[in-house]
Amino acid sequence: MAADLQSRARWVLALSISAAFAAAVMCPFLGGLGLDYAKLWRHESPDWNIFINLRLPRTFLALLTGAALSGAGALFQALMRNALATPSSLGIEAAAALGAVTAISLFSGDETGFPLVWFAALTGAVIVVALVATIGHVGRLPTFTILLTGIALNSICTAFILLLHSLAGITKSFQITHWLMGGIDAVEYPVLLMLAISIVPICIWMLRLARVLNVISYGETWAIGRGVDCQRITWQGFAAGALLVGTTTAVTGPIAFVGLIVPHLMRRIVGPDYRLLMPASIFGGAAFLVICDTISRTVLAPIEFPVGVTTALLGGPFFVWLLWSR
Amino acid sequence: MTTLTLQDVGYCYPGGKLVLEGISAEVLKPEVIAIVGPNGAGKSTLLDLIAGQKTPMNGTVQIAGQATTSLQRDKLCRLVAHVPQHVPPDVPFTVEEVVLTGRIPYGRGLYENDEDRAAMELALRRTRLESFRDRRFSSLSGGEKQRVLTAAALCQQSQVLLLDEPSAHLDPENESQLWELFQDLRDSGHLIFVVTHHLALAAQNSDRIWLLDRGKLVADAPPCDALRPDRLQEVFHVPFHWNESAEGRVFLTYGR
Repeated sequence: MAADLQSRARWVLALSISAAFAAAVMCPFLGGLGLDYAKLWRHESPDWNIFINLRLPRTFLALLTGAALSGAGALFQALMRNALATPSSLGIEAAAALGAVTAISLFSGDETGFPLVWFAALTGAVIVVALVATIGHVGRLPTFTILLTGIALNSICTAFILLLHSLAGITKSFQITHWLMGGIDAVEYPVLLMLAISIVPICIWMLRLARVLNVISYGETWAIGRGVDCQRITWQGFAAGALLVGTTTAVTGPIAFVGLIVPHLMRRIVGPDYRLLMPASIFGGAAFLVICDTISRTVLAPIEFPVGVTTALLGGPFFVWLLWSR
Repeated sequence: MTTLTLQDVGYCYPGGKLVLEGISAEVLKPEVIAIVGPNGAGKSTLLDLIAGQKTPMNGTVQIAGQATTSLQRDKLCRLVAHVPQHVPPDVPFTVEEVVLTGRIPYGRGLYENDEDRAAMELALRRTRLESFRDRRFSSLSGGEKQRVLTAAALCQQSQVLLLDEPSAHLDPENESQLWELFQDLRDSGHLIFVVTHHLALAAQNSDRIWLLDRGKLVADAPPCDALRPDRLQEVFHVPFHWNESAEGRVFLTYGR
């Protein structure tokens, strides 16, 4: 059985990496503006610049963000033992957004670059995660109550975002609106490197944690009785989730549904074992967001719409179908 | 042989409600010990304290001469296997996968090794669950689920087994097979604690009874002594009677 599981896990890993790789290889060549491949081959402008400085970093950003959001969704669903737990439903995305919007509101346009907004979004995410985890731990609340607490914190963060938005001047207001729409934009390679340094080690940690996540799904009492330090794993998991969501949200703005639908879809395909589900969610999420971003920039070309619109339009009906067909 | 010592153990909930007080007992040889008492007497809490799931407010719990609070969780779980009263009924794994969770204290690698699988096979055989191995846990009856959880505890290969109402959902055949299994395990050197409300079965199948009442250990003795009708009436507030059948079998009944 274990040999069978190992062989299945190898297949799942190979297929999900292949899906992400195929999306990453094909999607940069698709876009409203057709690329001249001869010029691209000769590294001539503007095609070479469009490819290297716009489409390729954008694809890398979609890969990293998709992997982070989907992996965080799978992680929270395991830790909370609730299929509806996601970075959004726990208020983490809204808190990261509040942090970023606060930074945009308080500082001048020149200062609101990557490091400041990143730090602010990360701070917001960490504060809310610490709050949710502390409330859950001190009150020894059931996961459903913790989820409801997360939803309440989500509303509070959204209210503060609206307040800051209404107090901001026209320029700031536009900047905030643009950021809140969420989207995969071309970013500089050093930013991508920073993101990769934050995200990849956490994803590796989550992959290695898969067997313990399986046991946690039996409930805390059972897991503790099997030697699992649930409290430590939960705190570590919440911190990891906050880092994943905070760092990506700072760059892309909030992107809905990825952390919910990709793990659910993958659970349908590979089953509930996190040794299969976690890699499928991470690489499947990466492929999913690259494809959604390509749809967002090609369907109505030359007009682009935020990738969050595509994820919600694809994810919403799909999720309803999943619930109906259970 | 693993020994167990409770020294003046007390516990109260965070709100301050006292659950257990001054529990002292010692187990020096393999035995089947039934923990009985009215609802809220502290039976499950006592198991949680022995399992290290809760930390005593007073006193110490020692297993094999070491305080449970000083042992690392993995090491403690190699000494004590705890089967709680409730596990989510919709666990989406197969019987084999549930039983293999008992191997977590032996290593956190992603996959189970040959030793883990051998322990699982033995546990499935002892609990007569071989034909259930590929069934989904969520599709089993309450009694079958209980057997699977007991198999997972056996797969943990701990010398001390703590079972919280393991026969609550079992029919008479499965129930008597489970008690027979406990006696087999005792004969192979295990120390078994069973929380139960089935006083008659406890009397028939256990070596010792721990009778709890309002957080205190009021009796720690062989069944015939611990389950004296006057003592039981005092604890449960209903009259109890020992009866003898035509075949000479002694059994316990209660009620006015």
